[in-house]
Amino acid sequence: MTEMTGSKAFVKALENEGVDHIFGVSGGAVIPICDDLLDSDMRFILARHEQGSTHMADGYARVLNKVGVSLATSGPGATNVVTGLATAQIDSAPVVAFTGQVNRAVIGTDAFQECDIIGVSASVTKYNMQVREPSEIPDAVKRSFYIANTGRKGAVLVDIPKDCTTLSGEMDFDPKIKFRGYNTNHTPKAQELDWAAKILSEAKRPVIMAGGGVIASGASNELVALSELLLAPTANTLMGKGAFPNDHQLSLGLCGMHGSKASNSMVPEADVLLVVGSRFSDRTTAKVADFNPDGKIIHVDIDRSEIDKNVETVTRVVGDAKLALSGIFDRVKAMKAQANANWSNKISEFQINWAEEADKANGYLRAPKVIRALRDMMPRDGIVTTEVGQNQMWAALHYDAYLPQTFFTSGGLGTMGWGFPAAIGAKAARPDVPVVDIAGDGSFGMTENNLATAVEEELPVIVVVLNNNVLGMVAQWQRLFYDRRYSAVKLKGNPDFVKLADAYGAEGVRTETMDEFRTAFRRAMKADVPTVIDVPIHPDENVLPMIPPGMGLKDTLWEAD
Amino acid sequence: MVMHTISFLVENKAGVLFNVSNLFRRRGFNIDSISVGPIEDQSYSRMTINIDADAKTLANMVEQLGKMVEVIKVKRLDPLRIISRELLMIKLNTIDPIAREEALRVINNSHGLVLDIDDENIMAEITGSPGDIDNFLEAVNSVGIVEMSRTGITALEKGRLKL
Repeated sequence: MTEMTGSKAFVKALENEGVDHIFGVSGGAVIPICDDLLDSDMRFILARHEQGSTHMADGYARVLNKVGVSLATSGPGATNVVTGLATAQIDSAPVVAFTGQVNRAVIGTDAFQECDIIGVSASVTKYNMQVREPSEIPDAVKRSFYIANTGRKGAVLVDIPKDCTTLSGEMDFDPKIKFRGYNTNHTPKAQELDWAAKILSEAKRPVIMAGGGVIASGASNELVALSELLLAPTANTLMGKGAFPNDHQLSLGLCGMHGSKASNSMVPEADVLLVVGSRFSDRTTAKVADFNPDGKIIHVDIDRSEIDKNVETVTRVVGDAKLALSGIFDRVKAMKAQANANWSNKISEFQINWAEEADKANGYLRAPKVIRALRDMMPRDGIVTTEVGQNQMWAALHYDAYLPQTFFTSGGLGTMGWGFPAAIGAKAARPDVPVVDIAGDGSFGMTENNLATAVEEELPVIVVVLNNNVLGMVAQWQRLFYDRRYSAVKLKGNPDFVKLADAYGAEGVRTETMDEFRTAFRRAMKADVPTVIDVPIHPDENVLPMIPPGMGLKDTLWEAD
Repeated sequence: MVMHTISFLVENKAGVLFNVSNLFRRRGFNIDSISVGPIEDQSYSRMTINIDADAKTLANMVEQLGKMVEVIKVKRLDPLRIISRELLMIKLNTIDPIAREEALRVINNSHGLVLDIDDENIMAEITGSPGDIDNFLEAVNSVGIVEMSRTGITALEKGRLKL
């Protein structure tokens, strides 16, 4: 037991958890904490808005599979964190947000910058809590980190009244935290593994679908081994991108609303579909009845409540994906089942030769070609984040990810403006590799003020703005399903992104040919300041393939008519 | 309509009831009743809910509850192996002597207790299965109900079974 102020205890407790970066914005209720942070080696990255700092913590967390920490003040600081928490929670990213709160004596009196953030954040966090005594702070930090980064990972919020940071208490830095209602055992049951292996070994047309859980559990090697053993074509969900190398001959690519031809054709045909670490999002399954109508679905997930929630399965393995996949592998191997190469060879029927496709359409560069060129220049372990909308789907379709933790996107919440601050957090986590945000002009506009942070903190991320001066995905829907009645989508007031970058002290460049783009991108990878590459594209360019709303995988529109 | 009963143990601390009810709201679980109280170990509370839902919703509800950090144990109770009880407090308008006589008769038949009585009203307590309470209410409907309050059901499993 040591006597010290709550604020000093907070800093020490974070250091004990191995925190090296805090992303945040200061404010009245966290002044004591910010003061004590000056005496710590932890790096404080000052965002310009708390949504940005929480997304930075999220990007950092996803890259390292380690808790990302965000700090915000009470009231508006806390409410600005909410979008960041909701984004992290639905994508199961381990983020802990600390928020200041007004003094205990005035909680409930509508004091200045008071907000009931516990009530507000309850629906978007895995767990939240308010500190009630200074001496609770070490326990609160330890508990929040543990909950955020174990089991199905997620977002946790800890609210700290200001007087709990200024007053002193007896601090125990090795608290025995008890979790009476929290499952910490994620070893799959042998019997569930037996059943899964038996069904898989009898499959004639097996397909595996990898979700984000494969990446969260570090199970990519086990996944590749099982796919190769079964010769099972392997699709990925949006969150599972990178779990299975997109250049592997068994890779089908993205499945779902904007899934690849290979995925959307072969997933419904599978007689056994093994889905690992995915929650069967409506964007992945499209119309559930047509998702895999005649096959047997085996679901592996660490979260028992996901089993049979959206899609009925024949059997399940509840537990950690890495343990589950290696357990299934061992059993299938022992059964010496015959793999079906005729089935896996079908993948080649769906290949598209992109080298033969034109770089431009209607006088503008085509987004798929830009993204493919970008991939060719990036190192294998380079990191990509995306915004949300057309840019995201183009990236998911055309940016081949080869390694886990190299492709990140706001898959569940679909948060426009996530990609850029997340890229800053990713760059803080991995300064040794290029980090690129594949953006649209609409999304970038939502959090572009983080350029100030990227410049100031010398985090030279690259933003590729696929710029069509329109909220492109909404416009695509209006074009396809609303008789071309464009409403609330035109962004005529966009800034000149080159000048905008310049104003912040970043590099800005506009590229209108593939050669210009390549030159600019290569330069950006070597630059020590952030670079914004503005790539004008045509506003009528659609993301295809696409499944019209309410339809199934078999109804995918492959090409524009 | 088939009512199902789910019992669960939670940490007995501030905010847990909010989190439980927030989960029900957020996931669209529409419950019929909930009863809450501490158990022999005061650090836990036991909650019992009654809900009319299909099998899939029920199964998901049990899993979603089980996932909450503050929830220790959840169990869907088998209706054939539990005793469930509910308490009703009711105030009846008994100015009319005939109504008063009828009220006292029905209360007595239902093994109820008269808690308070004056010139105009009788307040009574009835305990029983939810069906017993429904039957009682039907029987006193003609008397005239001033106000009433039902606790919602609570339940224990028979014999060796326990939560």
